[in-house]
Amino acid sequence: MLELKNISFKRDNKTILNNINLTLEDNKFYCITGPNGSGKSTLAKIIMGLVTPDSGSIIYNNQDITNLSVNERAKLGFGFAFQTPVTFKGLTVYDLLKIATGREINKKEACNILSKVGLCAKEYVDRELNNSLSGGELKRIEIASVIAKHPNLSLFDEPEAGIDLWSFKYLMEIFKEMNGTKLGTTIVISHQERILSIADAIILLESGMIKEIGNKDTMMNTILTNDCPKGGSNE
Amino acid sequence: MNKEDIELLKEVTETLTDQSEVYNIRKNGESIKRKSSDYINIVPKEDKSGLDIYVKENTLFGIVHIPVIITESGLTDVVYNDFHIGKNANVIIFAGCGIHNEEEKTSVHDGIHRFYLDENSKVKYVEKHLGCGKGSGKRVLNPTTEIYMKKASSMTMDSTQIKGVDDTIRITKGVLEESTTLEISEKILTTENQTAKTIFDVELNGENSSVHVTSRSVAEGSSYQEFASNITGNNKCYAHIECDAIIKEEGKVKAIPEIYAKNVDANLIHEAAIGKIAGDQLKKLMTLGLNEKEAEEVIIKGFLK
Repeated sequence: MLELKNISFKRDNKTILNNINLTLEDNKFYCITGPNGSGKSTLAKIIMGLVTPDSGSIIYNNQDITNLSVNERAKLGFGFAFQTPVTFKGLTVYDLLKIATGREINKKEACNILSKVGLCAKEYVDRELNNSLSGGELKRIEIASVIAKHPNLSLFDEPEAGIDLWSFKYLMEIFKEMNGTKLGTTIVISHQERILSIADAIILLESGMIKEIGNKDTMMNTILTNDCPKGGSNE
Repeated sequence: MNKEDIELLKEVTETLTDQSEVYNIRKNGESIKRKSSDYINIVPKEDKSGLDIYVKENTLFGIVHIPVIITESGLTDVVYNDFHIGKNANVIIFAGCGIHNEEEKTSVHDGIHRFYLDENSKVKYVEKHLGCGKGSGKRVLNPTTEIYMKKASSMTMDSTQIKGVDDTIRITKGVLEESTTLEISEKILTTENQTAKTIFDVELNGENSSVHVTSRSVAEGSSYQEFASNITGNNKCYAHIECDAIIKEEGKVKAIPEIYAKNVDANLIHEAAIGKIAGDQLKKLMTLGLNEKEAEEVIIKGFLK
């Protein structure tokens, strides 16, 4: 179980997150949604340790992890898919997947992982992770690097951003599988109705605060009728 | 050769074995072992120290090893090796130098290699430089490579200097005729107070000639690197120069690009990027479980791979 207690974060004198209290149960699929600038990405980064909150604490399975580094949280089983995938000169897709799995996988295993995100694996496994890959390809590899890790707690920061409809189909299949197998907690930052519709619970953030948490049936109505959402800034 | 020599030699050219077809091994300024074949002949120069390597026309899959090792502290070894590559020949050449210095005097190797590629010939040239030993004497390597390319010939040059060389000046010159292709990849790592200076000077004289230079370097400690490229397009031609450098600690890198188009159809590009390891790269690898130091090592190893 992951508990966020009184998490607040300010930048440039603007409140990004304001006293967030949230409990996320094991093996559930959560979506965090809300207008641009509402603090969604910051919240995900705080959970992963990429951003340090000004105050508050994070408890994971009764352990206070507030002061644990990113890699210590990764070792606890946290995974994070970046909204904008990072490129590397010299590192290949295969290299990244070996790091993600934490062992010397063979190319066949790497190809199997890539196939899950809809990449014709043989063409990609030896490609360098640089800008010769399209934004959509990099995004799918980013997601592959997270699922390769088999995390206990996966965070996806707007996974639908920058991918085409074809890739989206694979993305939905991955999320449905993650939701179906219940092998860990999944947290997806998303605006996409189809992703929200498979969530066990939807968390609506507004102006750095949790406005509402509920199941998809009640929340979809709230979100769609929310005619003047307020965002913060510098998310 | 003693055990240390053999180990040093292996580090310079991993592919050299007792079964190698053509080679010349040079130790402390003298050739100690040499072998030619029916297609590739190695002849010592009479007027100065060095070799003429003749590759016959139409030679296919030729492989030549010409490693150099220096274990004598205080030695300055200058060698002139000329490669004469016949028409339609296809050859791979492994060169390089390892300096093992256990004493206080400076050891120097200046290797001047000239390549004469005849029409339609193809060369892959792999060069590795390294220094080792606990002595306070410097290990200095100054390779000069001159490449003269006739019509439709092509050459790939992979040059690596990844450890232990205190000072180096690396000069590469190319003169390219019609429909020739030259690809150069250079990887350099400097640490402590080492210095490395690289100069590329390429004349694209022939129509449809092209050159692609990729330089990746890492400057750590208080080391200093300089990358200068001077590319002249005298005809319809293409040049792409990429200089990427990572700096750490007090490392310094200077890139001096010079591209000179003397023909309206010359297309010359120079890209240079110098900076520390991107924070996002470290963060991404840390989300996969590596600590900061491990992430940094993976990034640098990949960058210089």
